[in-house]
Amino acid sequence: MPSWPVNQWYVAAYSEEIGDGLLGRTICGEPLVFYRTGEGEVVALADRCVHRRYPLSLSHLKDDQIVCGYHGFTYDKTGACVAAPAQKRIPRTARVPAWTVREQDSLVWVWIGDQELADEALIPRAPWLDSPDYTVVRGMEPLKARYSLLVDNLMDLSHETYLHGGYIGTPEVAETPITTEVDEDANVVYVSRHMDDAECPPFYSKSTGIDGRITRWQDVEYHAPCLYLLHSRIAPAGVLPPEEGPDDKAFHVEVTYGITPSTEHETLDFWMVSRDFALDDEEVTEFLATNNHTVVMQDVVALDLLEKVVEGEKENYQELSINIDTGALAARRILTKLVAQGEERTAAAKAVTAP
Amino acid sequence: MSSPNQAGPAAPMRADLPAPTKMLKGRTVYRVVWKLNTDVLVGYCWCGTAHEDTDPIALWEWLLAHPDTHGGGRTDSAVPDPEPELVDA
Repeated sequence: MPSWPVNQWYVAAYSEEIGDGLLGRTICGEPLVFYRTGEGEVVALADRCVHRRYPLSLSHLKDDQIVCGYHGFTYDKTGACVAAPAQKRIPRTARVPAWTVREQDSLVWVWIGDQELADEALIPRAPWLDSPDYTVVRGMEPLKARYSLLVDNLMDLSHETYLHGGYIGTPEVAETPITTEVDEDANVVYVSRHMDDAECPPFYSKSTGIDGRITRWQDVEYHAPCLYLLHSRIAPAGVLPPEEGPDDKAFHVEVTYGITPSTEHETLDFWMVSRDFALDDEEVTEFLATNNHTVVMQDVVALDLLEKVVEGEKENYQELSINIDTGALAARRILTKLVAQGEERTAAAKAVTAP
Repeated sequence: MSSPNQAGPAAPMRADLPAPTKMLKGRTVYRVVWKLNTDVLVGYCWCGTAHEDTDPIALWEWLLAHPDTHGGGRTDSAVPDPEPELVDA
């Protein structure tokens, strides 16, 4: 049984990554090839020719069809083989599986699991990624670490104080208690940390121009298993949202992560930073892109290291959890539940369709 | 684990921490807050029952055991030792 939940949507790519060519990417252990048809539709097929398993992502695209770079087997967007070398008759079984994909909020989502169960309404939203009211910087870093380590990392922002000191971490982050909420039906964890009088980290002082101490709010909204949202509010100390009207005396940053398992020991870390201020300021854009990439790489180094430690430890190693882990523990419980539910749904679907 | 309060229904416990606005609006939302200036966590089940613990794992186990350990809107007021087996930092 895989460690990730099946029958779920996962972020496979940014919309802008899928253009004229072929993109190969392994999602939840499935090697997939993505491309965009002439009409703009995104297609996802299994990334191996049925003939001798050559990767289709290393082949080429012609008239919305993939021509295998080894022997020329040709597949349409449904995965059906429509041409084979020196053959007039194409075997009926010559087909590669096709996956259900949807584009939303500038992200390409793929449904991993029983394709009959795909439900577009279940894709979580991050509308600021595709909104004229925000400017977005983004990137993707592959981790050599299991996805649960990235979930743990993001659910406990106390680590900012230590791993990201000098960038986004200040003493107040680790010192301020959190409130955690869990919606069991929706599989959402919400972790809230509101700092009333905090040091302004360089990441925010240089991008917002705030000089002095700040009110800093961090509200994490994790939609298991794949989408992580950090609603960040930064304002001069003492400036709280008005009871009515827009919160226009504060700066808002939406930090978004797509947490996508690639293999059991690799994860795709899609990171995005959206801001509602200095929208056209290229200097701010460049600063946030460079600095956030540095922060992400600090996590990458730490999590790649942790993966080796976890792989090498004895079974039933007893780790310690304290109050700061309340949100991460909730996320783990939901993921465990979803893994079991995903397997049950697949088993039930198979039982119904069995002869 | 502490036993339920047998004195009958009581007003829900409140952590002494100024609670941010409730964010999740679902039917079954659990909520855990820290008691101000302590290491005690206060968990509120969606059924209205509250419980305190210093161990987040034990608190989640209690909350998610609904309705086996609670579920009638009663309040468990028994509070564990706020800092068992801990030394001052």
